[in-house]
Amino acid sequence: MGETGTGTDKKGFAVNRVSLLQMRPGQKGKIVEISGGYGLARKLEALGIRTGKEITKISEQLMRGPVLLQQGRTQAAVGFGMASRVLVEVNAEDEK
Amino acid sequence: MKILLMGNPNVGKSVVFNRITGANVIASNYSGTTVEFTKGSMKLSDRRVELIDVPGTYTLEPTCKAEQIAVEMLNEHTNGDVIINVVESTNLERSLNLTLQLLKSKIPVVVALNFWDETKHKGISIDDKKLEQILKVPCVPICAVTGEGIKHLVEKLEDAKPSDFEYEDSRRWQKIGDIVNEVQTITHRHHTWLERLGDASVRPLTGIPMAIIVMFLAFKVIRFIGEGLIGRVGEPLFENFWMPVVMKLSTIMGGGGFVHDLVIGQLIDGEIDFGQSFGLLTTGLFVPIGAVLPYVFAFYVVLSLLEDSGFIPRLAVMVDTLMHRVGLHGFAIVPMLLGLGCNVPGALATRVLETRRERFISATLLSIAVPCAALQAMIVGLVGQYGAGYLAIIYGTLFVVWVLLGVIFNKTVKGESPEIFLEIPPYRIPYLRSLAKKIWIRIKWFLKEAIPFVLLGVLIVNLLYTFGIIQFAGKIAAPVVTRILGLPQEAVGALIVGFLRKDVAVGMLIPLGLTVKQLVIASVVLAMYFPCVATFATLVRELGIADMLKSAGVMVISSLVVGGLLNLILPG
Repeated sequence: MGETGTGTDKKGFAVNRVSLLQMRPGQKGKIVEISGGYGLARKLEALGIRTGKEITKISEQLMRGPVLLQQGRTQAAVGFGMASRVLVEVNAEDEK
Repeated sequence: MKILLMGNPNVGKSVVFNRITGANVIASNYSGTTVEFTKGSMKLSDRRVELIDVPGTYTLEPTCKAEQIAVEMLNEHTNGDVIINVVESTNLERSLNLTLQLLKSKIPVVVALNFWDETKHKGISIDDKKLEQILKVPCVPICAVTGEGIKHLVEKLEDAKPSDFEYEDSRRWQKIGDIVNEVQTITHRHHTWLERLGDASVRPLTGIPMAIIVMFLAFKVIRFIGEGLIGRVGEPLFENFWMPVVMKLSTIMGGGGFVHDLVIGQLIDGEIDFGQSFGLLTTGLFVPIGAVLPYVFAFYVVLSLLEDSGFIPRLAVMVDTLMHRVGLHGFAIVPMLLGLGCNVPGALATRVLETRRERFISATLLSIAVPCAALQAMIVGLVGQYGAGYLAIIYGTLFVVWVLLGVIFNKTVKGESPEIFLEIPPYRIPYLRSLAKKIWIRIKWFLKEAIPFVLLGVLIVNLLYTFGIIQFAGKIAAPVVTRILGLPQEAVGALIVGFLRKDVAVGMLIPLGLTVKQLVIASVVLAMYFPCVATFATLVRELGIADMLKSAGVMVISSLVVGGLLNLILPG
């Protein structure tokens, strides 16, 4: 399982490592890890959503509902549990 | 020689199939419309060749049942076969993942770049000639719904040959990235209003009200069209034009006797009553065409609109949390919605769900608590005249049963219920001609399925009465039917015929002169107690005989419990 927290990216910018759940709707980020089994990573990869890709979180539903994310022109809804396993690097400045 | 139509889910394979073969298969704007392969034939330079519409797959490493079917079909290929790889031009990178895997199979491929028209207003420009050079297979821009490019695509089938495009599997995505960079340029543009609408309909604050409004409007429109057609077309047609014909026939046949009663039915005060006479040419034609067809038509107009627009996957997201309570996830709304038209396509659509547990739960809930359009039309016609409140009791009861049984299944049925994982397609303005075609396919299917069964049902009703079987069965079943459900013995006839057609069964209640309370109970029990024979056969195929027996047990028991409770609770 990957760690969440604060760090710096390759260019030295401060970044936060969060799960999809912790992102705000509308926020952008880069996928750094899809943890917990090969199944989810493979399903996401089939849609072209994979580590290193820039994604936008579109929305989340109430009561632990699914999270919607967008990569390029593809939108996908993933369950709450799955969303917790997608780790994303977001700009620390962006986190307020 | 075979031609396989392959591609990601929801890229328009079925539309291409319809275009090439002139055949009619259902296509919608969400993944998984084709869960079974469809075969058709086409003419290719004076030869008849087979064209197969393969279920959509993102990859040749299957992740669900529909994808597995696709891979198996690919493995069964023989020499001389050709693949038409339908690609979403607006989503080239993702589509190429499958394309590259298909090229490796060394089967000749032709790439069809679908949604070519959409790339223009999305600010995407693709160099199809360059793509052709890189992949070393023909790449043809098409727009399947309007038919542009289809002719060119068919011509190119002659040129199809295995590609010698090589790459290492581990570097596939990198290779795809390189190709996309080379052939595609994207110009910046603003969000279209459809995209804004798409995003708004998946945010809880705006999405939930939107979903409620859409479903409410859908319901209103169905009732408006359905009732309007019955009142203005169905009934006048039968009363003014068909009535004199069958009346004359009745006189010729002597106004009575076994054959007369079979064909025309019983005269009521010397008159034919299309609801009650129960002859083949009277009630047998009036039920499917006069009473049910208007609602079936209205339902499919609305459903098809919702499907082609792209609303349904968004609805699936909105109801996901609720569906988890009953052991399913949001996409299980698809079999339920289809089931409101007819339970057979609903039962087939349970295949979009991944596990056996989900398929068992959804199929059982569907056949217990989701009444088909034919049954609903008859219930609305019969019970509706006493006021909408009684209809609300029927629908409310079925909904409560759906939720309660679902919660119980969720706690007791073994197995896994995975989370939702669903691609959300863009909103699209439905294309009128393909919409009309889809509605027509469904209406034709209904008429072909319903009319023979309704006629058979009416015939059997007459025979059962003539030979005293219903009266006999009524005596045997009296303790259950009268004591528990509070219905007269004769209602057993409706339960027997309900196995054949539920609309005919409701029709059989009319002459019994039931109270409103009895009508409500009978309607609920008829909806729940057992699926009609067509649905039953489908469920046996989908669930297997063992699970179907379990499911049937639940149906019989729960219908008795619910019917009995209604009998105790309802006043009157």
